[in-house]
Amino acid sequence: MLRKVYLDHAATTPLDQEVLEAMLRLGSTHFGNPSSGHGFGRRARALVDEAAQQVAGAIGASRSEEILFTSGGTESDNLALRGALAAFPGEHALVVGAAEHAAVLDTAADLEAMGRRVVRLPVDGRARVDPGALEAALDQQPVGLVSVIWANNEVGSIHDMEAICRICHARGVLVHSDAVQALGRLDVRVDRIPVDLLSGSAHKFHGPKGAGFLFVRRGTRLAPQITGGLQQEGRRGGTENVPGIVGLGLALERATGNLGPHADHLRRLASHFKSALGKVPGMVMLGDGAVADQLPGHFSLCFEDVEGEALLLSLDLDGIAVSSGSACHTGSVEPSHVLLAMGLSRRQAKGCIRLVLGRHQVEEDLSYAAQRLREHVERLRGAQ
Amino acid sequence: MKRLRVVVAMSGGVDSAVAAALLVQAGHEVVGMTMRLHGHVDTGLASPERSCCDLRAYNDARRVCDRLEIPHQVVDLSDEFRRDVMDVFASEYFAGRTPNPCVLCNTHLKWEHLWLRAERIQADAVATGHYARVVQADNGHFLARAAFREKDQSYALWGLARDRLAHTLFPLGDLSKSQVRQLARQLDLAVAEKAESQDICFVPDGDYGRFLAHHNPRRAHELQGGNLVDDQGRVVGTHKGIAHFTVGQRRGLGLAAPKPLYVSGIDASTGDVRVGPEQDLYHTALEADGLKWLVEFPDGELECLGAIRYRDAGAPCVVKVKDGVAHVRFYEARRAITPGQCVVFYLGDQVLGGGWIRRAVPGHAVEGS
Repeated sequence: MLRKVYLDHAATTPLDQEVLEAMLRLGSTHFGNPSSGHGFGRRARALVDEAAQQVAGAIGASRSEEILFTSGGTESDNLALRGALAAFPGEHALVVGAAEHAAVLDTAADLEAMGRRVVRLPVDGRARVDPGALEAALDQQPVGLVSVIWANNEVGSIHDMEAICRICHARGVLVHSDAVQALGRLDVRVDRIPVDLLSGSAHKFHGPKGAGFLFVRRGTRLAPQITGGLQQEGRRGGTENVPGIVGLGLALERATGNLGPHADHLRRLASHFKSALGKVPGMVMLGDGAVADQLPGHFSLCFEDVEGEALLLSLDLDGIAVSSGSACHTGSVEPSHVLLAMGLSRRQAKGCIRLVLGRHQVEEDLSYAAQRLREHVERLRGAQ
Repeated sequence: MKRLRVVVAMSGGVDSAVAAALLVQAGHEVVGMTMRLHGHVDTGLASPERSCCDLRAYNDARRVCDRLEIPHQVVDLSDEFRRDVMDVFASEYFAGRTPNPCVLCNTHLKWEHLWLRAERIQADAVATGHYARVVQADNGHFLARAAFREKDQSYALWGLARDRLAHTLFPLGDLSKSQVRQLARQLDLAVAEKAESQDICFVPDGDYGRFLAHHNPRRAHELQGGNLVDDQGRVVGTHKGIAHFTVGQRRGLGLAAPKPLYVSGIDASTGDVRVGPEQDLYHTALEADGLKWLVEFPDGELECLGAIRYRDAGAPCVVKVKDGVAHVRFYEARRAITPGQCVVFYLGDQVLGGGWIRRAVPGHAVEGS
């Protein structure tokens, strides 16, 4: 029997069994529409409210009304950018990092095509926006919104969101952050870091797919992008995905409740993997999942003179799941825009893979993965 | 049977899908690879429709692999394709010849570049959905025509690397197209009813003139047009560019003549397209270069069958090789020997080798017999 090792937890995570059970308990009993005035509807409404409170509590939001449920991170990013900018006149620019997730970059490009001025900030060798460049951009033109990813989905680096918020708020500019990778792995608290908008996605923290949220700080104007009902105070039309929302609320509560021990455990696993891998000649660790200023368990490894795609497939045939670049790029074979923005050449970028550990991983599996990875790298390099 | 790790070149079409399915059924460890050969930048078309290489084709191939529960990967070979196929295709047209990009693609893309990708994942063999056979004999492996002649694609495979024959699988070699479609339906493959691809994949609109001008704008003026001349060199009309013509072509000349006229030659240096009566199309000899042999070439002469186009059953000929050029004499004159196409040599069903036709040679047929 082939051993299966899943090292792609940034793409998605397995559903938490307790979360699944909570969703199943809704079953066919609590099927009501939260907008209905009768008892069935009230029960569903209460479940959605409860989930909003769970999310608000988990991220330190003061009111559950600040939580808006969506279909996932991509919709949340779309809603944040399109919805918040709608309140600003056309000359107000949108500022984004060059290494944002495609949900932000593609939305920015679309807004640009519709006439919005978009400024893309360069990033450093770890895919982070330079605060100085942000300040300069804000001083050069009127800006409506700045969107900066909390933790990068490809290389796992973390932004100093506090500094970014300080720079923006000093100039009266709104801040959105895509925290899809950060939630459940880092302490994401909107009471400590005053972002105005924040995106999350349930399936990245052991919740169900198809459920996400957008935190919208009280007082932030947001034009709905999906119209068709007065659900969620008119900010997002459409009947709520009640089972997904229930799953999301519980999953986030469980993921953040034990955050410290979880993160420590992931870093320990990451250290184990790192020592099992040892020193590989020609390997550059762009992201090290064992260190403190990085998403715990998130590795980005680049191998000189090795095709990442060949590595991915070789490992897949050994039952080991990793990714090259971002899963959203499957089907296209372009090198990752994040790696290119970091200054890597196309050739270097094509030699990179991402390995992201999960909290239920066992050391034995990680040793196996490290050993196979090492062997394939040596073999592929020898074949050149 | 030994369980092999096999890479299947998957285009997204029904043939390669069934080839993969048959290998999975036979118990092999199968990996699907789809070559990304070109994008709209290369073809000059905004939305590549009907192209074998667009996103829909990737998704079709991926869906088949998902259904077969095998890995699938898109490999970017667009640089290689541009260099080894599109550039050659264009320069052949500019030289007044009629190129065969599918042979170039098989030779270089599938049996060179895709093979390298397969070797990187330690594959034991590469398979395609071609209708041809690899036959194992006492003295090694040889390439042969498909069991069903009407779909035989061996003509397009003569360029494959000889040392890779033993590691090449053609799971469809003994099947007819209708059997393949039936298998696809039985296996519930979504591509079962998909249409055959017809055009050259990177010129999906069939407009070679437009493609050539896009591919090589600096030489576009060479394709602007020229004269139609008869066998005496007299100008009998004008044409809209040599890229629109191939030897043996009758349509599109725009000439009124008592007897039908055909393209009998193209002179790229003058831009002339030579036309004449049908008998001008017949030649008994040709010269070919870029030769490749899948067997040991015998000393002296080789008696075999020479096929000069796809689906040609071949005709008896004698081949002599001198300085890398094959001098091929047929026993009977052949119609429309076309420079740029291939001559493929057969002994019965066995493919011996082939080459690129440089010119048809006026002259006598092989004497005797």
